[in-house]
Amino acid sequence: MNETEAVPVPAPAEVEENYLSAGHTVRSWLLTTDHKRIGLLYLFSIIFFFAIAAVAAAIMRLELLTPPGDLVLSATYNKLFTLHGVIMVWFFLIPSIPNVLGNFLIPMMIGARDVAFPKLNLLSWYLFMAGGLLALHAIIVGGVDTGWTFYTPYSSRYSNTHTVEMALGIFLSGFASILTGLNFIITVHEMRAPGLTWFRLPLFIWSHYATSLILVLATPVLAITLLLMMLERIWGLGIFDPRLGGDPVLFQHLFWFYSHPAVYIMILPSMAVVSELIPCFSRKRIFGYKFIAFASMAIAVLGFVVWGHHMFVSGQSVYAGMIFSILSFIVAIPSGIKVFNWTATLHRGSISFETPMLYALGFIGLFSLGGLTGLFLAALAVDVHVTDTYFVVAHFHYIMVGGTVLAFMGGIHFWWPKITGRMYPEKLGQLAALVTFIGFNLTFFPQFVMGYLGMPRRYHAYAPEFQIYHVLSTAGATILGVGYLLPVIYLLWSLRHGKKAGANPWGATGLEWQTPSPPPVHNFAEVPRVTGEPYDYSPQEEEKKAEDDHA
Amino acid sequence: MSTEIVSKKIYFVIWASLMVLLFVTWGVAQFDLGLFNSLAALTIAIIKMLLVILYFMHVRYSSRLTWVFAGAGFLWLMIMITLTLSDYTTRGFVRPYNRVLSNWQDKNWNHLPGDKPMEPRPLP
Repeated sequence: MNETEAVPVPAPAEVEENYLSAGHTVRSWLLTTDHKRIGLLYLFSIIFFFAIAAVAAAIMRLELLTPPGDLVLSATYNKLFTLHGVIMVWFFLIPSIPNVLGNFLIPMMIGARDVAFPKLNLLSWYLFMAGGLLALHAIIVGGVDTGWTFYTPYSSRYSNTHTVEMALGIFLSGFASILTGLNFIITVHEMRAPGLTWFRLPLFIWSHYATSLILVLATPVLAITLLLMMLERIWGLGIFDPRLGGDPVLFQHLFWFYSHPAVYIMILPSMAVVSELIPCFSRKRIFGYKFIAFASMAIAVLGFVVWGHHMFVSGQSVYAGMIFSILSFIVAIPSGIKVFNWTATLHRGSISFETPMLYALGFIGLFSLGGLTGLFLAALAVDVHVTDTYFVVAHFHYIMVGGTVLAFMGGIHFWWPKITGRMYPEKLGQLAALVTFIGFNLTFFPQFVMGYLGMPRRYHAYAPEFQIYHVLSTAGATILGVGYLLPVIYLLWSLRHGKKAGANPWGATGLEWQTPSPPPVHNFAEVPRVTGEPYDYSPQEEEKKAEDDHA
Repeated sequence: MSTEIVSKKIYFVIWASLMVLLFVTWGVAQFDLGLFNSLAALTIAIIKMLLVILYFMHVRYSSRLTWVFAGAGFLWLMIMITLTLSDYTTRGFVRPYNRVLSNWQDKNWNHLPGDKPMEPRPLP
């Protein structure tokens, strides 16, 4: 536990209202500058967008149940996978953990009353919503068929769909990302509680700091790239179209300069959550704190020099391909360090299998599998074989769903008592975690096999020999759907009927657990003073306690 | 965060310098300097950029941490440009295995002055 010097407990009359009861009007939510409420606004928004993208995925999986294209037209299928990709990447995965849990927790974890710029934080949500609704409008009026990557000159010249409007939506939401990243960086630099030195910070903060650096450094490049694409489409400015003297591969360079680090925008916050869950449910200090902290920074930096591995067959030079291949292998090292450190933390820990821990363990397994198949794709020759096949689809879903979504679910369950002041039903939580794990693997593991055998991605009709894999995958997606729906139901139920949670139901360390649940508007009655190291769990004490209980 | 107040005089001097550099850009563009066209334009642009960042954006009067962050922006820009150029400048390094494509490249790709045409690779 981060030891604190006598945090004064206010007398009942002085107890500040909690952030949920501080106002019940719509206005009090829409004009709030409270980081916790903004976190919840993001939570509602991303669940809304997730539902839309999930429906698109469900229709695609139904279409793929049989080899001929018999449910939707090929053009509709193109629009469905574009919708799924765009909404999931920019309106669910990227904001999922940083903007919901990060917003909610970062100020509390560092002993601050809010983020550095609360109004900018609210503006960020409005930009995000404006971007999201613009993208949604583009979908409703006819959709986009370019795939989430918007490759030129297809997007800038040939596509007859609403690429400009969709790109504008992403452009706007990018500014939301930049503002959030900026806010987090300055908050961590300027607003840490007295005594909370850099190496006493929770690893959640380190990972989010690294994520914020990527958000600030990479997102402007996406904005510029999409803007150039729009200018080429609207005014025929020759940037990417060879007919106008442009170069389509340049688009890919610029796009992946953002979009590969964007993978780390998704996975670093997931690692942040897992680094909190593993020590708590192992009742053990995290193994190799500094290694994990520096690995986050290394991932943030190295993530910027590997983008060319998305372009091995794009016409990029073979020499550049070799450079990017080698660099891509290097980025596996810090990820490996983290996995080994989490595993070492488990070793001789007093492990319990509450719901968040199940998600965290699932994360380690699935992220490892996703990461290791990433090495296949980093190898030039293998990549040529599996480019644009389901192998790639399976790989990035293991990272994004097996990694980010599982960590997000684990984090939501872990901090649910803090956010709402209520416990969720534990048994149902464990069941949902298992259902999600099984459903996920059944959905995506067969895709590795069929991809390696030659099933291309982005086709609505396919050769009959692949049907068995698609049937398994669709069956898995159904189970996965149940795994997602269950938490929605019991978490909503728990808001009214859940057992009341105390300030620290998990016996966790960290400043956020030293304030009531739900937290008061200004988080702490008095600014805490930190004097101890983070993750001060002690398995010996736990064992002694268990023995005493047994006796 | 900087607390130093920059005098109006400095702002005007910087603004005037930027205007002068604008005319220099225009003036240089009147002459064909061959390979140095881009170099000259980029040099002037970098000077203009530094003036804006150091004085208008107050980086000169800011903390070392601000310097680090401002510098990081440029470092990242260099990463982007360098690795992108690692593709553009090396596209002819490895010849396609296919002779038709190889010959087509020889005929159609632009070469810098002084480049020797590549020898076709013998077929296996």
